[in-house]
Amino acid sequence: MIRIQSLSTFYGNIQALRGVSLHVDDGEIVTLLGANGAGKTSLLNTICGLVNSRSGTVNFGEKDITNTSPEKIVKLGISQVPEGRQLFSELSVKENLIMGAYQHYRKRKKEVYNHLEQIFHIFPILKERQEQQAGTLSGGEQQMLAIGRALMSRPKLLLLDEPSMGLAPKIVSEIFKIITDLREQQKTTILLVEQNAHVALKVADRGYILETGRIVLQGSSEELLENKEIKRAYLGRGYKEVWE
Amino acid sequence: MQFPTFQQLIQHIIYGITVGGIYALVAMGFTIIYNATDVINFAQGGFVMLGAMIMVSLNTTLNLPMPLAFFLSILIVTAIGIIFERAAINPVKNASVITLIIITVGASIFFSGIALPIWGQDPIYAKPFSSGDPVSFLGAKISLQQLWVLGITAVIVVAVQLFYKYTIIGKAMRATAINRTAARLMGINVRLMVLCSFALSAAVGAGAGMAIAPVAHASYDMGSMLGLKGFCAAVLGGLGNGVGAVVGGFTIGIIERLAIGFAPLGYSGYKDAVAFIILLVILFLKPSGLFGTSQK
Repeated sequence: MIRIQSLSTFYGNIQALRGVSLHVDDGEIVTLLGANGAGKTSLLNTICGLVNSRSGTVNFGEKDITNTSPEKIVKLGISQVPEGRQLFSELSVKENLIMGAYQHYRKRKKEVYNHLEQIFHIFPILKERQEQQAGTLSGGEQQMLAIGRALMSRPKLLLLDEPSMGLAPKIVSEIFKIITDLREQQKTTILLVEQNAHVALKVADRGYILETGRIVLQGSSEELLENKEIKRAYLGRGYKEVWE
Repeated sequence: MQFPTFQQLIQHIIYGITVGGIYALVAMGFTIIYNATDVINFAQGGFVMLGAMIMVSLNTTLNLPMPLAFFLSILIVTAIGIIFERAAINPVKNASVITLIIITVGASIFFSGIALPIWGQDPIYAKPFSSGDPVSFLGAKISLQQLWVLGITAVIVVAVQLFYKYTIIGKAMRATAINRTAARLMGINVRLMVLCSFALSAAVGAGAGMAIAPVAHASYDMGSMLGLKGFCAAVLGGLGNGVGAVVGGFTIGIIERLAIGFAPLGYSGYKDAVAFIILLVILFLKPSGLFGTSQK
């Protein structure tokens, strides 16, 4: 579905990605793990065209989409749920969802409203709160709205940036249940960026570990869960060194 | 100190509301562009002046009926707003906000510079939209044109609100104003939204200029003072807040008029200072404005 090769991205003189290569096949959930500042968000923003890469390629299907504008990326079928949700806080829940389908709205209004009902079916709470301002929702509801909004453009590939951030464990498992359902029921391919390696590897088929702009490790979720280095650094188990 | 009678007081307030409506529209023009771009468009007064001058020319020189002249003038000024954005704002990629503001200051000088040779230095007469006797209200007189000003202000304010609330472009413009990055991720073309905001703002400005032309004098430099007072109104209301812009406009109009009414003889020349005194006071006391939030 998407194949990224030797991608390098800079912010001014600071290099955020150092030749990152990864791929996600049709119908897969692939997770990209890494600490703060590892370059996870930079990678998603480079795919979405918010930042331009300096070298390397991004292929979506057969198409080279390196440094394509965000509008075209959405049109091609890639949608991002950004870190920190980035809702339109003063717009209503429904307006937020409609904005997700902005590009289809004028030509296929009816379809958009049908699709809105499907989203309400996946997230019943959003239907209840559709007239409420997005900023007044709880954290979990906001995350659902952010996912719903991204789904409104009917993406083939969904990019999720730290959906577990700032949420209670119970809400996190609810969100991840929805993510697995999405793959099963809608056949959506998902690239899941997380710091929470434990939950991410539980739903993902494969994973990549990103450190300071480089992929340092990759493998199936089972392999990564058993990897000692991962256990130490990301799962918080088997850490032997004693401080003080 | 003069002591105006009740009747005079009402008269001043009515006049204040009339002028305030115009300030409100100019302030709305500022708000629309500010929300889309963070830029204070100092060429806003230029749109106001062009609206008035083009309408008068279409009406008196080309003898078009007033309603036709009115709508044609809105269209022409909207087109000028679009050309201005495409020619002067859009090509300057990655410019800082301050650079863009300086460009708008330049454009403002450009607009009055163009208007001077076309329409000359002297104010030109604009026919009222309808003829008839003033209406009496609590002993004060309201001219029909003042009613037109209020009516046009109300229609424009409501129309802009409906546009923002019910059209997809309007919603996208609001979304862009709230969160530009998220808007881009939704596939909203942010540069197109900027263009729309300039078009809308130009249309609103033109409406203001045309409505006020028969009450005040229409001249090549009318835009600068109206623009500055509209700016004061926008800041008073809280920059970027549509409701605030309207309230700010009416507040400045009424206070300004009352200040002239109560001023000792010979001091009414300080009229134009009132808006700026209000601006300074609000910047000292509540810099975010009456309705503003301090998030930006």
